[in-house]
Amino acid sequence: MASTARTRDRMTVLAPEGMLGYGIPVRSMQEGLARDPDVLAVDAGSTDPGPYYLGAGVPYTSRRAVKRDLAMMLEAAHERGIPVLIGSAGGGGGRPHLEWLVEVYREICREHGYRFCTATIQAEVDKRWLKAKVAQEQVTPLDVPDALTGEAIDAATRIVAQMGDEPFQKALDLGAEVVIAGRACDASVIAALPIRAGFDRALAIHMGKILECGGAAAYPRHGSDSLLGVIDHDSFTVEPPNPEKICSVASVAAHSLYERSDPYRLALPGGAIDLHGTTFEQATPRSVRVRGTRFVPAPYTFKLEGVRRAGYRTISVAGTRDPILISQIDAYLENVRARVSDVYGTEGYRLLFHVYGRDGVMGALETAKEIRSHELGLVIEVVADDPETSAAILALSRSAALHSTYPGRKAIAGNLAFPFSPSDLKAGEAFEFIVHHLVEVADPLELFPVELIDL
Amino acid sequence: MARLTIWRSEGYGGASVRAQSATNQQSLNRDRRATALRTIGDVAQFVTSKNAGPFLLTLDVVFPDEATYRTFKSLRALDRHVIAGLYGIPETDVLKIIEFDPAYAVKITMRRPLGSGALGETDVYGAQQHVPLMLHEIDWPEVR
Repeated sequence: MASTARTRDRMTVLAPEGMLGYGIPVRSMQEGLARDPDVLAVDAGSTDPGPYYLGAGVPYTSRRAVKRDLAMMLEAAHERGIPVLIGSAGGGGGRPHLEWLVEVYREICREHGYRFCTATIQAEVDKRWLKAKVAQEQVTPLDVPDALTGEAIDAATRIVAQMGDEPFQKALDLGAEVVIAGRACDASVIAALPIRAGFDRALAIHMGKILECGGAAAYPRHGSDSLLGVIDHDSFTVEPPNPEKICSVASVAAHSLYERSDPYRLALPGGAIDLHGTTFEQATPRSVRVRGTRFVPAPYTFKLEGVRRAGYRTISVAGTRDPILISQIDAYLENVRARVSDVYGTEGYRLLFHVYGRDGVMGALETAKEIRSHELGLVIEVVADDPETSAAILALSRSAALHSTYPGRKAIAGNLAFPFSPSDLKAGEAFEFIVHHLVEVADPLELFPVELIDL
Repeated sequence: MARLTIWRSEGYGGASVRAQSATNQQSLNRDRRATALRTIGDVAQFVTSKNAGPFLLTLDVVFPDEATYRTFKSLRALDRHVIAGLYGIPETDVLKIIEFDPAYAVKITMRRPLGSGALGETDVYGAQQHVPLMLHEIDWPEVR
Protein backbone atom coordinates (compact mmCIF):
# COMPACT_ATOMS: atom_id res chain seq x y z
CA MET A 1 0.00 0.00 0.00
CA ALA A 2 1.14 3.54 -0.72
CA SER A 3 2.67 5.46 2.12
CA THR A 4 1.25 8.84 3.06
CA ALA A 5 4.51 10.63 2.34
CA ARG A 6 4.71 9.18 -1.15
CA THR A 7 1.07 9.99 -1.79
CA ARG A 8 1.73 13.65 -1.00
CA ASP A 9 4.57 13.80 -3.49
CA ARG A 10 2.94 12.00 -6.31
CA MET A 11 0.05 9.71 -6.90
CA THR A 12 -0.38 6.84 -9.33
CA VAL A 13 -3.71 6.03 -10.93
CA LEU A 14 -4.25 2.86 -12.91
CA ALA A 15 -7.10 2.86 -15.39
CA PRO A 16 -7.26 -0.86 -16.23
CA GLU A 17 -9.35 -0.21 -19.35
CA GLY A 18 -11.34 2.45 -21.13
CA MET A 19 -14.68 0.84 -20.50
CA LEU A 20 -15.59 -1.67 -17.81
CA GLY A 21 -16.33 -4.94 -19.56
CA TYR A 22 -14.20 -4.43 -22.67
CA GLY A 23 -11.70 -7.02 -21.38
CA ILE A 24 -8.71 -6.00 -19.23
CA PRO A 25 -5.55 -7.57 -20.70
CA VAL A 26 -4.00 -9.74 -17.97
CA ARG A 27 -0.43 -8.72 -18.72
CA SER A 28 -1.28 -5.01 -18.67
CA MET A 29 -3.04 -5.39 -15.33
CA GLN A 30 -0.03 -7.21 -13.84
CA GLU A 31 2.44 -4.64 -15.14
CA GLY A 32 0.20 -1.81 -13.99
CA LEU A 33 -0.12 -3.23 -10.48
CA ALA A 34 3.64 -3.69 -10.33
CA ARG A 35 3.82 0.11 -10.45
CA ASP A 36 2.06 0.24 -7.10
CA PRO A 37 -0.99 2.35 -8.02
CA ASP A 38 -2.84 4.30 -5.33
CA VAL A 39 -6.23 3.73 -6.92
CA LEU A 40 -7.96 1.79 -9.67
CA ALA A 41 -10.44 3.95 -11.53
CA VAL A 42 -12.56 3.13 -14.53
CA ASP A 43 -15.27 4.71 -16.58
CA ALA A 44 -18.13 2.37 -17.42
CA GLY A 45 -20.36 4.47 -19.62
CA SER A 46 -20.96 6.79 -22.54
CA THR A 47 -23.72 8.21 -24.70
CA ASP A 48 -21.84 6.88 -27.70
CA PRO A 49 -23.86 3.72 -28.32
CA GLY A 50 -26.93 5.88 -28.69
CA PRO A 51 -30.10 6.52 -26.70
CA TYR A 52 -31.42 2.97 -26.36
CA TYR A 53 -29.38 1.82 -23.40
CA LEU A 54 -30.18 4.80 -21.22
CA GLY A 55 -33.86 4.52 -22.11
CA ALA A 56 -34.26 0.78 -21.75
CA GLY A 57 -32.22 0.72 -18.53
CA VAL A 58 -29.90 -1.99 -19.80
CA PRO A 59 -26.11 -2.16 -20.12
CA TYR A 60 -24.36 -2.37 -23.48
CA THR A 61 -21.56 -4.51 -22.13
CA SER A 62 -22.03 -8.19 -21.38
CA ARG A 63 -22.57 -9.27 -17.78
CA ARG A 64 -19.95 -11.97 -18.07
CA ALA A 65 -17.30 -9.55 -19.36
CA VAL A 66 -18.12 -6.95 -16.73
CA LYS A 67 -17.98 -9.54 -13.96
CA ARG A 68 -14.61 -10.79 -15.18
CA ASP A 69 -13.08 -7.29 -15.35
CA LEU A 70 -14.58 -6.13 -12.07
CA ALA A 71 -13.38 -9.30 -10.33
CA MET A 72 -9.84 -8.60 -11.55
CA MET A 73 -10.00 -5.09 -10.11
CA LEU A 74 -11.50 -6.21 -6.80
CA GLU A 75 -8.88 -8.92 -6.37
CA ALA A 76 -6.16 -6.29 -6.75
CA ALA A 77 -7.97 -3.93 -4.39
CA HIS A 78 -8.35 -6.69 -1.81
CA GLU A 79 -4.67 -7.67 -1.97
CA ARG A 80 -3.33 -4.14 -1.94
CA GLY A 81 -5.84 -2.21 0.09
CA ILE A 82 -6.36 0.41 -2.61
CA PRO A 83 -9.70 1.92 -3.55
CA VAL A 84 -11.71 1.15 -6.67
CA LEU A 85 -13.74 3.93 -8.26
CA ILE A 86 -16.28 3.23 -11.00
CA GLY A 87 -18.26 5.90 -12.84
CA SER A 88 -21.26 5.67 -15.17
CA ALA A 89 -22.22 2.22 -13.93
CA GLY A 90 -23.96 -0.01 -16.44
CA GLY A 91 -23.24 2.38 -19.31
CA GLY A 92 -26.14 4.79 -19.05
CA GLY A 93 -25.56 5.49 -15.35
CA GLY A 94 -29.26 5.54 -14.43
CA ARG A 95 -30.89 3.76 -11.51
CA PRO A 96 -31.38 0.35 -13.19
CA HIS A 97 -27.83 0.49 -14.59
CA LEU A 98 -26.39 1.14 -11.15
CA GLU A 99 -28.50 -1.60 -9.59
CA TRP A 100 -27.37 -4.01 -12.28
CA LEU A 101 -23.68 -3.36 -11.61
CA VAL A 102 -24.14 -3.49 -7.83
CA GLU A 103 -25.78 -6.91 -8.24
CA VAL A 104 -22.76 -8.14 -10.25
CA TYR A 105 -20.47 -6.62 -7.63
CA ARG A 106 -22.31 -8.31 -4.75
CA GLU A 107 -22.04 -11.65 -6.51
CA ILE A 108 -18.26 -11.29 -6.84
CA CYS A 109 -17.94 -10.25 -3.20
CA ARG A 110 -20.03 -13.25 -2.08
CA GLU A 111 -17.96 -15.66 -4.15
CA HIS A 112 -14.65 -14.33 -2.84
CA GLY A 113 -15.67 -13.35 0.68
CA TYR A 114 -14.77 -9.68 0.14
CA ARG A 115 -15.98 -7.20 2.75
CA PHE A 116 -15.22 -3.82 1.22
CA CYS A 117 -16.78 -0.70 2.66
CA THR A 118 -18.94 0.14 -0.36
CA ALA A 119 -20.64 3.33 -1.48
CA THR A 120 -23.10 3.82 -4.32
CA ILE A 121 -24.01 7.16 -5.84
CA GLN A 122 -27.26 7.57 -7.75
CA ALA A 123 -27.31 9.94 -10.73
CA GLU A 124 -30.87 9.74 -11.96
CA VAL A 125 -32.65 13.09 -11.99
CA ASP A 126 -35.88 13.65 -10.11
CA LYS A 127 -38.34 15.21 -12.56
CA ARG A 128 -39.92 17.56 -10.02
CA TRP A 129 -36.49 18.88 -9.05
CA LEU A 130 -35.66 19.48 -12.70
CA LYS A 131 -38.98 21.22 -13.42
CA ALA A 132 -38.28 23.58 -10.55
CA LYS A 133 -34.87 24.31 -12.08
CA VAL A 134 -36.55 25.02 -15.43
CA ALA A 135 -38.97 27.37 -13.68
CA GLN A 136 -36.02 29.15 -12.07
CA GLU A 137 -34.41 29.51 -15.52
CA GLN A 138 -31.36 27.54 -14.46
CA VAL A 139 -31.41 25.11 -17.40
CA THR A 140 -29.74 25.95 -20.72
CA PRO A 141 -29.46 23.90 -23.95
CA LEU A 142 -26.16 22.23 -24.82
CA ASP A 143 -25.63 21.65 -28.58
CA VAL A 144 -29.42 21.48 -29.07
CA PRO A 145 -31.66 24.28 -30.29
CA ASP A 146 -34.51 24.05 -27.82
CA ALA A 147 -34.89 25.11 -24.23
CA LEU A 148 -35.99 22.35 -21.88
CA THR A 149 -39.71 22.34 -21.12
CA GLY A 150 -41.91 20.67 -18.54
CA GLU A 151 -43.53 18.65 -21.36
CA ALA A 152 -40.17 17.32 -22.49
CA ILE A 153 -39.32 16.37 -18.92
CA ASP A 154 -42.66 14.53 -18.61
CA ALA A 155 -42.07 12.78 -21.93
CA ALA A 156 -38.59 11.62 -20.93
CA THR A 157 -38.18 7.96 -20.04
CA ARG A 158 -35.07 8.62 -18.02
CA ILE A 159 -32.83 11.61 -17.31
CA VAL A 160 -29.40 11.38 -15.72
CA ALA A 161 -26.92 14.05 -14.69
CA GLN A 162 -23.14 13.80 -14.84
CA MET A 163 -21.56 14.18 -11.43
CA GLY A 164 -18.16 15.74 -10.87
CA ASP A 165 -15.46 14.50 -8.53
CA GLU A 166 -17.11 15.82 -5.36
CA PRO A 167 -19.54 12.92 -4.75
CA PHE A 168 -16.62 10.47 -5.09
CA GLN A 169 -14.69 12.46 -2.53
CA LYS A 170 -17.62 12.39 -0.16
CA ALA A 171 -17.86 8.61 -0.55
CA LEU A 172 -14.13 8.31 0.22
CA ASP A 173 -14.60 10.61 3.22
CA LEU A 174 -17.24 8.18 4.49
CA GLY A 175 -14.62 5.45 4.35
CA ALA A 176 -15.64 3.79 1.11
CA GLU A 177 -13.08 1.43 -0.40
CA VAL A 178 -15.23 0.73 -3.44
CA VAL A 179 -17.37 3.44 -5.02
CA ILE A 180 -19.91 2.52 -7.69
CA ALA A 181 -21.46 5.62 -9.18
CA GLY A 182 -24.15 6.35 -11.70
CA ARG A 183 -23.54 8.76 -14.57
CA ALA A 184 -20.33 10.65 -13.93
CA CYS A 185 -18.04 12.92 -15.89
CA ASP A 186 -15.47 10.37 -17.05
CA ALA A 187 -12.43 12.49 -16.17
CA SER A 188 -13.79 13.16 -12.67
CA VAL A 189 -13.80 9.47 -11.72
CA ILE A 190 -10.08 9.26 -12.33
CA ALA A 191 -9.28 12.71 -10.94
CA ALA A 192 -11.24 12.29 -7.71
CA LEU A 193 -8.52 10.77 -5.54
CA PRO A 194 -5.69 13.06 -6.75
CA ILE A 195 -7.87 16.14 -6.21
CA ARG A 196 -8.82 14.92 -2.75
CA ALA A 197 -5.12 14.46 -1.96
CA GLY A 198 -4.43 18.08 -2.89
CA PHE A 199 -3.08 17.77 -6.42
CA ASP A 200 -3.81 20.46 -8.97
CA ARG A 201 -7.35 20.21 -10.24
CA ALA A 202 -6.50 21.07 -13.85
CA LEU A 203 -3.71 18.48 -14.07
CA ALA A 204 -5.80 15.83 -12.31
CA ILE A 205 -8.75 16.42 -14.64
CA HIS A 206 -6.53 16.46 -17.72
CA MET A 207 -4.90 13.21 -16.62
CA GLY A 208 -8.37 11.82 -15.99
CA LYS A 209 -9.47 12.81 -19.47
CA ILE A 210 -6.57 10.90 -21.01
CA LEU A 211 -6.91 7.87 -18.75
CA GLU A 212 -10.67 7.53 -19.12
CA CYS A 213 -10.19 5.91 -22.52
CA GLY A 214 -7.61 3.52 -21.07
CA GLY A 215 -4.94 2.55 -23.57
CA ALA A 216 -6.47 4.65 -26.37
CA ALA A 217 -3.80 7.32 -25.84
CA ALA A 218 -1.02 4.80 -26.57
CA TYR A 219 0.18 3.42 -29.89
CA PRO A 220 -0.40 1.01 -31.49
CA ARG A 221 -3.98 1.84 -30.83
CA HIS A 222 -5.87 -1.41 -30.94
CA GLY A 223 -7.92 -3.34 -28.45
CA SER A 224 -8.95 -2.31 -24.99
CA ASP A 225 -5.98 -1.69 -22.74
CA SER A 226 -4.74 -0.06 -19.55
CA LEU A 227 -3.05 3.26 -18.90
CA LEU A 228 -1.08 4.51 -15.90
CA GLY A 229 -1.08 8.12 -14.81
CA VAL A 230 1.39 9.53 -12.28
CA ILE A 231 0.67 13.02 -11.02
CA ASP A 232 3.00 15.27 -9.06
CA HIS A 233 2.67 18.92 -8.17
CA ASP A 234 3.43 20.53 -11.49
CA SER A 235 2.94 17.79 -14.08
CA PHE A 236 1.69 14.34 -14.78
CA THR A 237 2.95 11.49 -16.91
CA VAL A 238 1.00 8.82 -18.75
CA GLU A 239 2.38 5.46 -19.74
CA PRO A 240 0.91 2.18 -20.98
CA PRO A 241 1.68 -0.78 -18.71
CA ASN A 242 1.52 -3.00 -21.80
CA PRO A 243 5.21 -3.30 -22.76
CA GLU A 244 4.32 -3.59 -26.43
CA LYS A 245 2.81 -0.10 -26.52
CA ILE A 246 4.17 3.38 -26.02
CA CYS A 247 2.81 6.82 -25.28
CA SER A 248 4.30 9.35 -27.68
CA VAL A 249 3.76 13.09 -27.76
CA ALA A 250 1.71 12.48 -30.91
CA SER A 251 -0.43 9.74 -29.38
CA VAL A 252 -1.21 11.73 -26.24
CA ALA A 253 -1.72 15.07 -27.96
CA ALA A 254 -3.94 13.45 -30.57
CA HIS A 255 -6.08 11.96 -27.84
CA SER A 256 -7.04 15.52 -26.85
CA LEU A 257 -9.06 15.54 -30.07
CA TYR A 258 -11.02 12.40 -29.40
CA GLU A 259 -14.82 12.72 -29.17
CA ARG A 260 -14.50 16.37 -28.26
CA SER A 261 -15.70 19.46 -30.05
CA ASP A 262 -12.69 21.57 -29.01
CA PRO A 263 -9.23 20.21 -28.14
CA TYR A 264 -8.23 23.37 -26.25
CA ARG A 265 -11.13 23.44 -23.88
CA LEU A 266 -12.93 20.72 -22.00
CA ALA A 267 -15.96 21.74 -19.97
CA LEU A 268 -16.72 19.95 -16.73
CA PRO A 269 -18.92 20.48 -13.73
CA GLY A 270 -17.63 23.70 -12.15
CA GLY A 271 -15.40 24.93 -14.94
CA ALA A 272 -13.22 23.90 -17.82
CA ILE A 273 -9.65 22.86 -18.42
CA ASP A 274 -7.78 25.02 -20.90
CA LEU A 275 -4.98 23.47 -22.97
CA HIS A 276 -3.64 26.63 -24.64
CA GLY A 277 -0.55 26.56 -22.42
CA THR A 278 -0.20 22.80 -22.23
CA THR A 279 3.07 21.17 -23.20
CA PHE A 280 3.59 17.50 -24.03
CA GLU A 281 7.10 16.17 -23.63
CA GLN A 282 8.56 12.71 -24.18
CA ALA A 283 9.66 11.89 -20.61
CA THR A 284 10.92 8.38 -21.32
CA PRO A 285 10.73 6.36 -24.53
CA ARG A 286 7.35 5.07 -23.33
CA SER A 287 5.86 7.92 -21.30
CA VAL A 288 4.77 11.48 -21.91
CA ARG A 289 4.88 14.33 -19.40
CA VAL A 290 2.12 16.94 -19.52
CA ARG A 291 2.38 20.41 -17.99
CA GLY A 292 0.69 23.76 -18.08
CA THR A 293 -3.00 22.86 -18.28
CA ARG A 294 -5.11 25.50 -16.52
CA PHE A 295 -8.47 25.32 -14.78
CA VAL A 296 -10.96 28.06 -15.60
CA PRO A 297 -13.74 28.13 -13.00
CA ALA A 298 -17.33 28.62 -14.12
CA PRO A 299 -20.71 28.47 -12.41
CA TYR A 300 -21.29 24.92 -11.24
CA THR A 301 -23.42 22.96 -13.72
CA PHE A 302 -24.40 19.37 -14.28
CA LYS A 303 -24.76 18.04 -17.80
CA LEU A 304 -28.14 16.37 -18.25
CA GLU A 305 -28.81 13.50 -20.63
CA GLY A 306 -32.32 12.27 -21.22
CA VAL A 307 -34.19 10.14 -23.69
CA ARG A 308 -37.77 9.43 -24.60
CA ARG A 309 -39.29 6.42 -26.23
CA ALA A 310 -39.95 7.15 -29.89
CA GLY A 311 -41.91 3.92 -30.36
CA TYR A 312 -41.36 0.27 -31.20
CA ARG A 313 -39.11 -0.72 -34.06
CA THR A 314 -39.44 -3.60 -36.52
CA ILE A 315 -36.94 -4.08 -39.35
CA SER A 316 -36.40 -6.24 -42.38
CA VAL A 317 -33.09 -6.71 -44.18
CA ALA A 318 -32.97 -7.38 -47.92
CA GLY A 319 -31.03 -6.66 -51.08
CA THR A 320 -31.38 -6.34 -54.82
CA ARG A 321 -28.98 -7.25 -57.64
CA ASP A 322 -31.30 -6.14 -60.45
CA PRO A 323 -29.93 -3.21 -62.50
CA ILE A 324 -33.39 -2.31 -63.81
CA LEU A 325 -34.66 -1.88 -60.26
CA ILE A 326 -31.47 -0.17 -59.05
CA SER A 327 -31.79 2.42 -61.83
CA GLN A 328 -35.15 3.53 -60.45
CA ILE A 329 -34.76 2.74 -56.75
CA ASP A 330 -36.14 6.05 -55.49
CA ALA A 331 -39.39 5.83 -57.46
CA TYR A 332 -39.80 2.17 -56.53
CA LEU A 333 -39.48 2.94 -52.81
CA GLU A 334 -41.97 5.78 -53.11
CA ASN A 335 -44.40 3.27 -54.62
CA VAL A 336 -43.89 0.99 -51.64
CA ARG A 337 -44.52 3.93 -49.33
CA ALA A 338 -47.69 4.82 -51.22
CA ARG A 339 -48.96 1.24 -50.98
CA VAL A 340 -48.42 1.32 -47.20
CA SER A 341 -50.09 4.70 -46.69
CA ASP A 342 -53.03 3.47 -48.78
CA VAL A 343 -53.70 0.88 -46.05
CA TYR A 344 -52.42 2.57 -42.88
CA GLY A 345 -52.55 6.28 -43.67
CA THR A 346 -49.53 8.47 -43.05
CA GLU A 347 -49.89 9.19 -39.34
CA GLY A 348 -48.85 7.30 -36.24
CA TYR A 349 -45.83 5.54 -37.66
CA ARG A 350 -42.54 6.19 -39.45
CA LEU A 351 -41.46 4.10 -42.43
CA LEU A 352 -37.78 4.48 -43.27
CA PHE A 353 -35.69 2.91 -46.01
CA HIS A 354 -31.95 2.55 -45.44
CA VAL A 355 -30.47 2.01 -48.89
CA TYR A 356 -26.89 0.72 -48.71
CA GLY A 357 -25.10 1.49 -51.94
CA ARG A 358 -26.98 4.80 -52.24
CA ASP A 359 -26.79 6.77 -48.96
CA GLY A 360 -27.15 4.14 -46.24
CA VAL A 361 -24.03 5.30 -44.42
CA MET A 362 -24.22 9.08 -44.68
CA GLY A 363 -27.93 9.78 -45.11
CA ALA A 364 -28.55 13.52 -45.15
CA LEU A 365 -24.80 14.23 -45.34
CA GLU A 366 -24.34 12.22 -48.55
CA THR A 367 -23.56 14.42 -51.55
CA ALA A 368 -22.71 11.66 -54.05
CA LYS A 369 -25.88 11.22 -56.08
CA GLU A 370 -24.84 8.57 -58.56
CA ILE A 371 -25.31 4.90 -57.64
CA ARG A 372 -22.36 2.86 -58.89
CA SER A 373 -22.96 -0.40 -57.09
CA HIS A 374 -24.10 -3.59 -58.80
CA GLU A 375 -26.21 -4.42 -55.77
CA LEU A 376 -28.05 -2.44 -53.12
CA GLY A 377 -28.73 -3.38 -49.51
CA LEU A 378 -32.07 -2.38 -48.08
CA VAL A 379 -33.13 -2.13 -44.46
CA ILE A 380 -36.82 -1.43 -44.12
CA GLU A 381 -37.61 0.12 -40.75
CA VAL A 382 -40.94 0.89 -39.11
CA VAL A 383 -41.36 2.66 -35.80
CA ALA A 384 -44.85 2.88 -34.36
CA ASP A 385 -46.47 3.51 -30.99
CA ASP A 386 -47.03 -0.14 -30.14
CA PRO A 387 -45.23 -3.34 -31.17
CA GLU A 388 -48.22 -4.87 -33.00
CA THR A 389 -48.77 -1.84 -35.22
CA SER A 390 -45.06 -1.68 -35.92
CA ALA A 391 -44.96 -5.35 -36.96
CA ALA A 392 -48.10 -5.06 -39.08
CA ILE A 393 -46.87 -2.03 -41.03
CA LEU A 394 -43.44 -3.56 -41.49
CA ALA A 395 -45.05 -6.78 -42.81
CA LEU A 396 -46.98 -4.84 -45.42
CA SER A 397 -43.94 -2.74 -46.33
CA ARG A 398 -41.83 -5.85 -46.77
CA SER A 399 -44.38 -7.64 -48.95
CA ALA A 400 -45.03 -4.51 -50.99
CA ALA A 401 -41.27 -4.12 -51.49
CA LEU A 402 -41.02 -7.75 -52.60
CA HIS A 403 -43.90 -7.64 -55.05
CA SER A 404 -44.37 -4.04 -56.28
CA THR A 405 -43.97 -3.68 -59.98
CA TYR A 406 -41.92 -1.02 -61.74
CA PRO A 407 -41.37 -0.04 -65.38
CA GLY A 408 -39.36 -2.62 -67.33
CA ARG A 409 -39.56 -5.26 -64.60
CA LYS A 410 -38.35 -8.68 -65.72
CA ALA A 411 -38.10 -10.41 -62.33
CA ILE A 412 -41.80 -10.70 -61.69
CA ALA A 413 -41.40 -13.42 -59.02
CA GLY A 414 -39.84 -11.04 -56.48
CA ASN A 415 -37.78 -7.86 -56.21
CA LEU A 416 -35.63 -8.62 -53.20
CA ALA A 417 -33.30 -11.20 -51.69
CA PHE A 418 -33.93 -11.79 -47.98
CA PRO A 419 -31.08 -13.34 -45.99
CA PHE A 420 -33.20 -14.36 -42.99
CA SER A 421 -36.31 -16.29 -42.15
CA PRO A 422 -38.14 -14.81 -40.37
CA SER A 423 -37.63 -11.74 -42.50
CA ASP A 424 -39.19 -9.36 -39.98
CA LEU A 425 -37.18 -8.67 -36.84
CA LYS A 426 -38.59 -7.02 -33.76
CA ALA A 427 -35.98 -4.53 -32.54
CA GLY A 428 -37.93 -3.53 -29.43
CA GLU A 429 -38.17 -0.03 -28.10
CA ALA A 430 -36.63 2.85 -30.02
CA PHE A 431 -35.44 5.88 -28.07
CA GLU A 432 -34.15 9.32 -28.91
CA PHE A 433 -32.19 11.92 -26.98
CA ILE A 434 -34.39 14.86 -26.06
CA VAL A 435 -32.49 16.24 -23.08
CA HIS A 436 -28.94 17.52 -23.52
CA HIS A 437 -28.81 20.55 -21.29
CA LEU A 438 -26.87 22.13 -18.46
CA VAL A 439 -28.46 22.79 -15.09
CA GLU A 440 -26.97 25.28 -12.68
CA VAL A 441 -26.67 24.12 -9.10
CA ALA A 442 -25.42 25.61 -5.84
CA ASP A 443 -23.99 22.39 -4.45
CA PRO A 444 -21.95 19.75 -6.35
CA LEU A 445 -23.65 17.12 -4.17
CA GLU A 446 -27.15 18.46 -4.78
CA LEU A 447 -28.40 15.60 -6.93
CA PHE A 448 -26.18 12.68 -6.00
CA PRO A 449 -27.02 10.77 -2.81
CA VAL A 450 -23.97 8.90 -1.51
CA GLU A 451 -25.01 5.75 0.32
CA LEU A 452 -22.98 3.14 2.12
CA ILE A 453 -24.49 -0.23 1.30
CA ASP A 454 -24.36 -3.65 2.93
CA LEU A 455 -22.99 -6.54 0.96
CA MET B 1 -6.35 4.81 -51.31
CA ALA B 2 -4.78 5.59 -54.65
CA ARG B 3 -2.64 8.66 -54.61
CA LEU B 4 -3.59 11.28 -57.12
CA THR B 5 -0.70 12.23 -59.34
CA ILE B 6 -2.14 14.92 -61.56
CA TRP B 7 0.88 17.15 -61.75
CA ARG B 8 0.44 20.79 -62.48
CA SER B 9 3.57 22.38 -63.80
CA GLU B 10 3.76 26.13 -63.74
CA GLY B 11 2.29 27.87 -66.72
CA TYR B 12 -1.01 26.06 -66.70
CA GLY B 13 -1.36 25.55 -62.96
CA GLY B 14 -2.70 27.36 -59.92
CA ALA B 15 -3.53 31.03 -59.65
CA SER B 16 -0.41 31.85 -57.66
CA VAL B 17 1.88 31.02 -60.55
CA ARG B 18 -0.40 32.10 -63.36
CA ALA B 19 0.28 35.74 -62.58
CA GLN B 20 3.94 35.50 -63.50
CA SER B 21 3.90 32.65 -65.98
CA ALA B 22 3.85 34.62 -69.19
CA THR B 23 6.62 37.01 -68.28
CA ASN B 24 9.65 34.89 -67.58
CA GLN B 25 9.55 31.38 -68.89
CA GLN B 26 13.27 30.91 -68.31
CA SER B 27 13.11 31.62 -64.60
CA LEU B 28 10.09 29.37 -64.29
CA ASN B 29 12.06 26.55 -65.84
CA ARG B 30 14.77 27.02 -63.24
CA ASP B 31 12.19 27.04 -60.43
CA ARG B 32 11.13 23.41 -60.22
CA ARG B 33 8.35 24.09 -57.70
CA ALA B 34 4.89 23.04 -58.74
CA THR B 35 1.61 22.11 -57.19
CA ALA B 36 -0.18 18.82 -57.49
CA LEU B 37 -3.78 18.02 -56.78
CA ARG B 38 -3.70 15.89 -53.68
CA THR B 39 -6.50 14.72 -51.48
CA ILE B 40 -6.46 15.47 -47.77
CA GLY B 41 -6.28 11.70 -47.28
CA ASP B 42 -3.07 11.65 -49.32
CA VAL B 43 -1.27 14.14 -47.11
CA ALA B 44 -2.76 13.35 -43.69
CA GLN B 45 -1.91 10.46 -41.41
CA PHE B 46 -5.46 10.11 -40.09
CA VAL B 47 -8.83 11.47 -41.14
CA THR B 48 -11.58 10.50 -38.71
CA SER B 49 -15.13 11.33 -37.74
CA LYS B 50 -16.86 10.66 -34.44
CA ASN B 51 -19.63 11.99 -32.27
CA ALA B 52 -18.72 14.70 -29.80
CA GLY B 53 -21.76 14.11 -27.65
CA PRO B 54 -25.09 13.03 -29.18
CA PHE B 55 -25.67 16.23 -31.18
CA LEU B 56 -22.27 17.08 -32.66
CA LEU B 57 -20.02 15.40 -35.17
CA THR B 58 -16.30 16.08 -35.05
CA LEU B 59 -13.80 15.47 -37.85
CA ASP B 60 -10.09 15.23 -37.12
CA VAL B 61 -7.31 15.55 -39.66
CA VAL B 62 -3.97 14.56 -38.15
CA PHE B 63 -0.80 15.19 -40.15
CA PRO B 64 2.28 12.95 -39.96
CA ASP B 65 4.79 15.68 -39.12
CA GLU B 66 5.13 19.37 -38.38
CA ALA B 67 6.22 20.30 -41.92
CA THR B 68 3.15 18.75 -43.53
CA TYR B 69 0.93 20.35 -40.90
CA ARG B 70 2.49 23.80 -41.44
CA THR B 71 2.12 23.44 -45.21
CA PHE B 72 -1.52 22.50 -44.83
CA LYS B 73 -2.18 25.44 -42.50
CA SER B 74 -0.50 27.84 -44.91
CA LEU B 75 -2.82 26.77 -47.73
CA ARG B 76 -5.92 27.83 -45.77
CA ALA B 77 -7.75 25.09 -47.64
CA LEU B 78 -10.60 24.56 -45.19
CA ASP B 79 -13.18 27.06 -44.10
CA ARG B 80 -16.87 26.93 -43.26
CA HIS B 81 -17.85 27.32 -46.90
CA VAL B 82 -15.73 24.39 -48.05
CA ILE B 83 -16.90 22.08 -45.27
CA ALA B 84 -20.54 23.03 -45.80
CA GLY B 85 -20.14 22.19 -49.49
CA LEU B 86 -18.52 18.83 -48.79
CA TYR B 87 -21.40 17.74 -46.58
CA GLY B 88 -24.30 19.61 -48.15
CA ILE B 89 -25.12 21.49 -44.97
CA PRO B 90 -25.63 25.18 -44.15
CA GLU B 91 -22.46 27.03 -43.18
CA THR B 92 -24.06 27.85 -39.83
CA ASP B 93 -23.98 24.12 -39.00
CA VAL B 94 -20.18 24.14 -39.24
CA LEU B 95 -19.47 25.27 -35.70
CA LYS B 96 -15.69 25.24 -35.34
CA ILE B 97 -12.54 24.74 -37.34
CA ILE B 98 -9.62 24.56 -34.93
CA GLU B 99 -5.93 24.12 -35.63
CA PHE B 100 -4.36 22.15 -32.79
CA ASP B 101 -0.60 22.54 -32.98
CA PRO B 102 0.38 19.99 -30.29
CA ALA B 103 -1.09 17.13 -32.36
CA TYR B 104 -0.40 18.60 -35.84
CA ALA B 105 -4.13 18.37 -36.30
CA VAL B 106 -7.12 20.27 -37.58
CA LYS B 107 -10.49 19.64 -35.98
CA ILE B 108 -13.82 20.47 -37.54
CA THR B 109 -16.97 20.30 -35.46
CA MET B 110 -20.43 20.39 -37.02
CA ARG B 111 -24.00 19.80 -35.99
CA ARG B 112 -25.33 16.32 -36.64
CA PRO B 113 -28.34 16.27 -38.97
CA LEU B 114 -30.13 14.28 -36.24
CA GLY B 115 -29.37 13.51 -32.62
CA SER B 116 -27.46 10.23 -32.34
CA GLY B 117 -29.85 7.30 -32.75
CA ALA B 118 -32.91 9.43 -33.59
CA LEU B 119 -35.32 8.04 -36.19
CA GLY B 120 -33.61 8.26 -39.56
CA GLU B 121 -30.13 7.80 -38.10
CA THR B 122 -27.54 6.16 -40.33
CA ASP B 123 -24.43 6.24 -38.13
CA VAL B 124 -24.99 6.13 -34.37
CA TYR B 125 -21.29 6.60 -33.52
CA GLY B 126 -20.65 9.03 -36.37
CA ALA B 127 -17.55 7.03 -37.24
CA GLN B 128 -18.08 6.81 -41.03
CA GLN B 129 -18.64 10.44 -42.02
CA HIS B 130 -15.02 11.23 -42.86
CA VAL B 131 -14.89 10.37 -46.56
CA PRO B 132 -15.93 13.67 -48.21
CA LEU B 133 -13.19 15.40 -46.19
CA MET B 134 -10.66 12.65 -46.88
CA LEU B 135 -11.26 12.85 -50.64
CA HIS B 136 -11.29 16.65 -50.80
CA GLU B 137 -8.66 17.81 -53.27
CA ILE B 138 -6.25 20.63 -52.58
CA ASP B 139 -3.41 22.23 -54.52
CA TRP B 140 -0.40 20.83 -52.71
CA PRO B 141 3.02 22.38 -53.24
CA GLU B 142 5.59 19.86 -54.42
CA VAL B 143 9.29 20.01 -55.22
CA ARG B 144 9.95 17.93 -58.30
